[in-house]
Amino acid sequence: MSMNMNMKFEPKIMAFVCQWCTYTGADLAGTSRMQYSPYVKIIKLPCTGRIDVQFIVKAFEEGADGVIVSGCHPGDCHYTSGNYYARRRFEMFHELMSFVGVDMRRIQFAWVSAAEGRKWAELVNEVSKRVEELGPFNVFHALREQANELNP
Amino acid sequence: MARIGVFICWCGENISRTVDVVKVAEAMAGVPGVVTSVEYKYMCSDPGQKIMKESIKNDALDGVVVALCSPLMHEKTFRTAAEEAGLNPFLLEVANIREHCSWVHENKEEATKKAIAITRSTVERVRYNLQLKNITVPITARAMVVGGGIAGIQAALDIANGGHEVVLVERTPSIGGHMAGLSETFPTLDCSQCILTPRMVEVARHPKIKLYSYAEVESVSGFVGNFEVKIRKKARSVDTSSCTGCGICQEKCPQKNIASEFEEGLGKRKAIYVPFPQAVPNKPVIDRKHCLYFTKGKCKICEKVCGPKAIRYEQEDEIVEERIGAIVLATGYETLPATFFPEYGGGRYPDVITGLQFERLASASGPTSGELKRPSDGRRPETVVFLSCAGSRDLAKGISYCSKICCMYVAKHAMLYQHKVHGGKAYVFYMDVRASGKNYDEFVRRAIEQDKAIYVRGRVARVYEKEIEGVKKLVVKGADTLLGEQVEIVADMVVLASAVKPSVGAAALAQKVGTPYDQHHFYSEAHPKLRPVESNTAGIFLAGAAQAPKDIPESVADASAAASKVQILFSRKEMERDPYVSMVNSDRCFGCFSCEAVCPYRAISRKEIKNRSGEVLKVVAEVNAGLCQGCGGCIAICRAKACDLAGYTDQQIFSAIRGFNTTSTYEEEVVKK
Ligand SMILES: Cc1cc2nc3c(=O)[nH]c(=O)nc-3n(C[C@H](O)[C@H](O)[C@H](O)COP(=O)(O)OP(=O)(O)OC[C@H]3O[C@@H](n4cnc5c(N)ncnc54)[C@H](O)[C@@H]3O)c2cc1C
Repeated sequence: MSMNMNMKFEPKIMAFVCQWCTYTGADLAGTSRMQYSPYVKIIKLPCTGRIDVQFIVKAFEEGADGVIVSGCHPGDCHYTSGNYYARRRFEMFHELMSFVGVDMRRIQFAWVSAAEGRKWAELVNEVSKRVEELGPFNVFHALREQANELNP
Repeated sequence: MARIGVFICWCGENISRTVDVVKVAEAMAGVPGVVTSVEYKYMCSDPGQKIMKESIKNDALDGVVVALCSPLMHEKTFRTAAEEAGLNPFLLEVANIREHCSWVHENKEEATKKAIAITRSTVERVRYNLQLKNITVPITARAMVVGGGIAGIQAALDIANGGHEVVLVERTPSIGGHMAGLSETFPTLDCSQCILTPRMVEVARHPKIKLYSYAEVESVSGFVGNFEVKIRKKARSVDTSSCTGCGICQEKCPQKNIASEFEEGLGKRKAIYVPFPQAVPNKPVIDRKHCLYFTKGKCKICEKVCGPKAIRYEQEDEIVEERIGAIVLATGYETLPATFFPEYGGGRYPDVITGLQFERLASASGPTSGELKRPSDGRRPETVVFLSCAGSRDLAKGISYCSKICCMYVAKHAMLYQHKVHGGKAYVFYMDVRASGKNYDEFVRRAIEQDKAIYVRGRVARVYEKEIEGVKKLVVKGADTLLGEQVEIVADMVVLASAVKPSVGAAALAQKVGTPYDQHHFYSEAHPKLRPVESNTAGIFLAGAAQAPKDIPESVADASAAASKVQILFSRKEMERDPYVSMVNSDRCFGCFSCEAVCPYRAISRKEIKNRSGEVLKVVAEVNAGLCQGCGGCIAICRAKACDLAGYTDQQIFSAIRGFNTTSTYEEEVVKK
């Protein structure tokens, strides 16, 4: 989270994407010059199957207000089954996070293929808008400060 | 302390129009560990690359971030340049500030902030980049082709003619596959054996092809370029090196009423037999299930009559090992048996036959020497009903797909029938006629217009037997959906265009080889459009009807394509691969092998850790870098955090995440000023 001079909330959103589908889809949005919200920043991974749920927790810990995880459509995984394992893992994670009280609207799972530049732009806009409305993820950030105080 | 250099590109106006590159450079200059941060109009130009190369040398850099276009564009360019300047290329990372930033944002302040954040995160990541080396794997330039139908034959010949050794493994006693049993082939009606036999002989004679007939793949281990294959040579009970193929054993064998597989059960064979006269190899095999000596312990006539003394009752299966660099799977298809269709009387009435059986009846070398006769009583059938889509596109039969070849062979059958039984009536029940190959629709039209085949659109509900004037006839009841009426045809013979399925054991073979297959057990291609003859497993290629129903021209085209893929692989002595592979820390691994279960490449094996006296202390996971494709699935599943992915380590990613946040101070300070 960061506030500028007029205290307008500019959400920080981190996107974990696979290099084969979504990263390339985001490239396509670029080459097609689609304009979209600037709050989402990408971390490239070989496959969504590589994404450890700790990455998501870490992102929030480091100040993110929202997270996107996006990879290949079911059946399109470059590595055959990575996105499928990822999906199963995130379902469990989802339940755990809801239980802990995290507003799951801050985490968006999606499928964006290399051909879906438009879908990427729309996804970014949609998530940015939603997280802007939800406001800064102060609850989690406060937790982190507490933790820092406890274990300096 | 790290010594990182940051090089930011204007990309002419492409980046600089919306990103204040000077501010990005200033922001990065203030980051701990960054020793140089410069921008330049075109970093990818020669002078641009030179700036980076000189800085690598002069500033003794141990990490580089280039902030410019997508890594898909220029990562390779800059890594090569870095390597030329003496830096390990994997210590360089690209920050994508064009496709992901300058091109998609209009507000300069926002775009500049985002570019700073992206570049900063990349700087944080690069701190933890490791020096990596591309993986090189040697390639054994020897191929194995599994399945000796037309697809396997073509693939083997192409690879061998390209100068590489081929091991061809065929499960039955002879190569040839289904094509050897076809009568004449659409769309030209040339005799199948006439065009196939020369190729079979070429295989037998080819100095670069080693043929294992009556053999099966026992196991496959290893990886692309380096497979180790075990092949089971089933006991033939005949020493093929001394056998001359004279045929006297077969002639004298007293066991003569065994249904011949080659004749689709319509002809008989002996217990020692060559499946068909043109078989390759032309050497007999003893069918131990039916041989009197093997079942009753006496006879041995074949041994007595064999001049060269080639009979070996005591022969056992033999396992041979071969080192192989690439594998072509060409195991073909089979069709649903008539017994699968009780509603059509399949299995109950001998004159309800399958398309493959019709091929044998129409074949000059078949059990009736090409005369069309009813299997039940040898009469000439005056009326024949052909049922297309028997099982195909029929979810009730579990088959959703179109078998693709039937429309064409049904038209062919109707034509052949007409040529053999003048004045006979051929009815074809069909759902749609799909004849979309070159000269295919013309072929079907010929069947209808010249050869007067009567096409009835609709499905047949039932076939039953009825005796008319002392002759058993088949009553075919169905609907003509175009006329909207029920039809009833009294026929002498019913031919089922029964659905095409992968050959028995296709899935088991795919599992041995480690390559995926679909719900019907057809082998899966790596990409349905762009990689149709490659499997998803490196070094495994697909050809012919084992991948999907296919006719001969398609199977041959596939086979040549697969052969050319094999030759591309064999054109080098070794292969280079990205070093992004999984690594296991054996101290942390406690051997749960969750990684083994999720690995789609079977790249995880088990390694025993022993103490000095040789006792096994524990068993841990080990990654075969040749097989690992670097998806990272094992890492995310590892509870002990013992796995990590070179190039995408946890540390690199955590640091990159932190990098996005750390930017706040810099971005705010710099952008405001
Ligand atoms: C009734 C009918 C009529 C047809 N008429 C025509 C026609 O006129 N024109 C045309 O173009 N096409 C025709 N076809 C299609 C044609 O038969 C196929 O296109 C062709 O045979 C496919 O060749 P293949 O090599 O892929 O498979 P196959 O011919 O099935 O050969 C596969 C081979 O692999 C072997 N094998 C299987 N499993 C294993 C294993 N695990 N290990 C080792 N070996 C194994 C088999 O024994 C066989 O020898 C017809 C098909 C049918 C059913």
